[in-house]
Amino acid sequence: MDNSLVSYTLHLADSNLILAQRNAEWCAHGPILEQDIAITNISLDLIGQSRNFYQYAATLIGNDTTEDSLAYLRTEREFKNCLLVEQQNGDWGQTILRQFFFSAYQYLLYQKLQHNNDNQIAAIAAKALKEVTYHLRWSSEWVVRLGDGTAESHQRMLIAIDELWRYTGELFMAADYEMEAGIDVSLLKDDWMKKITAVFDEATLPLPEKVFMQTGGKTGTHTEHLGFILTELQYLQRTYPGAEW
Amino acid sequence: MPDINDKQKILAILGEVTDPEVPVLTITDLGIVRDVKINGDEVEVIITPTYTGCPAMDMIAMNIKLALIENGYSNIKITSVLAPAWTTDWMSEDGKRKLKEYGIAPPLTRSVVPSDRAIQCPQCNSPNTKLISEFGSTACKALYQCKDCKEPFDYFKCH
Repeated sequence: MDNSLVSYTLHLADSNLILAQRNAEWCAHGPILEQDIAITNISLDLIGQSRNFYQYAATLIGNDTTEDSLAYLRTEREFKNCLLVEQQNGDWGQTILRQFFFSAYQYLLYQKLQHNNDNQIAAIAAKALKEVTYHLRWSSEWVVRLGDGTAESHQRMLIAIDELWRYTGELFMAADYEMEAGIDVSLLKDDWMKKITAVFDEATLPLPEKVFMQTGGKTGTHTEHLGFILTELQYLQRTYPGAEW
Repeated sequence: MPDINDKQKILAILGEVTDPEVPVLTITDLGIVRDVKINGDEVEVIITPTYTGCPAMDMIAMNIKLALIENGYSNIKITSVLAPAWTTDWMSEDGKRKLKEYGIAPPLTRSVVPSDRAIQCPQCNSPNTKLISEFGSTACKALYQCKDCKEPFDYFKCH
C-alpha cells in the first residue's frame, strides 16, 4: 500500500466532504429558492466527488474499509481537509467567497490532476472538472454581484475577505504526501491569484494586504470548527454503530 | 435462460430502462450504458455516471438488474467507469427529441457552441430566452424563461 497515495486521496476526499457539509447547512435557508437549490446542488456535486475519492481510498487500504467508514468513523485529527472549507458559513457573502476561493483552486488543481500518473485520480479529476467549472462560474458571478452591488453587500464582502483570506495560503503549501502522490500545489498559486484579481477587479473589491497564513488542516491540525462539523456529520454512526436505512 | 451471447437482445432490454428523474429518457438515450460484456455465464453492464453526485445512479443500477432478471438473466454485474467522462454529446438524437417534447430544452452540442447561453424555448421555439438560475431541479438542469411565451423551462445543461 502506498501511504502517500492513501493520504493524498483522503485529503482530496475530506476537503470535498467538509465543504459539501457546510454548503448543505444552507438547505432551506438560502436567500431565495433558486440560490438555495444552487448551493445544495454544489453540495451534491462535492459529495459525489468525495465519494469517488473515498471509494478509491477504501480499495487502496483494503480490509474492511469502506467509503462510509472513512467518512463517518475517522476522528478530527485524521481528517486532512484544508482549513478554508471548514470555516463557518457566516452570511451569504462569506459562503460565496469561500466557494469562489475553493472552486478557483479546484479548477486549477483538477486541470493538472486529470493528467496524473494514477489513472483513477486522473479519471475522477477529469469528471469533476466539468462540475467545478460550473461552480467557479456561479461563484464568480456572485462575488461580482455582491462586491459591485449595494454599499452593504460591498461592506459584507470586505468583512468576508478579512475573515477568509488567511486560510487561502494553505492551499498552495504542499504537504509531503501531496509532493509525493499529487502535484506541487505551489505552482498553482500564480494562476489562482490572476483569477482572484480579475474577479475582484470586476467586483470593485481590493486585494488583501499580506497577512499571516494559517496552516495545519492538511496534516490534521484544524480550527475549532471541524469538531463541531464532525459531531453533526458522524452523529448517527457514532450513536448507532452500523445503522443502515 | 435466454441466449446470453445475444448482445443486441441485452441492449434492447437496457433500452427500456428509463431515467428515474427524467422518465422520457432511457439510459441508452442518455449514453449511460457504455458497453455490455459477456464473461462466461455473467452479463456485465458497464455504465458511467452523469454527474458524480447524481443520486439517481444507484437506482439506475438497480433498475438495470431488475430489467435483466425479469428477462431471465441471473448472473449480472454492474461496473461503473469514470473515464472517459460522460458528456451530453453522447445523448442520442432521439433522446433530444423526446426531451424537447417533454418540455425540457435539450443540451446543445459542446463542440458546436462556445457557450450554452443561446437556448431555444421548448414550447414556442423562440431563441429569445433568459437564464434564471445556473442550477435547476436536478444537477443536470438549469432554469430558463422564454421572453416571448413567458414560460419558464428546464434546460438540460451541456456537460
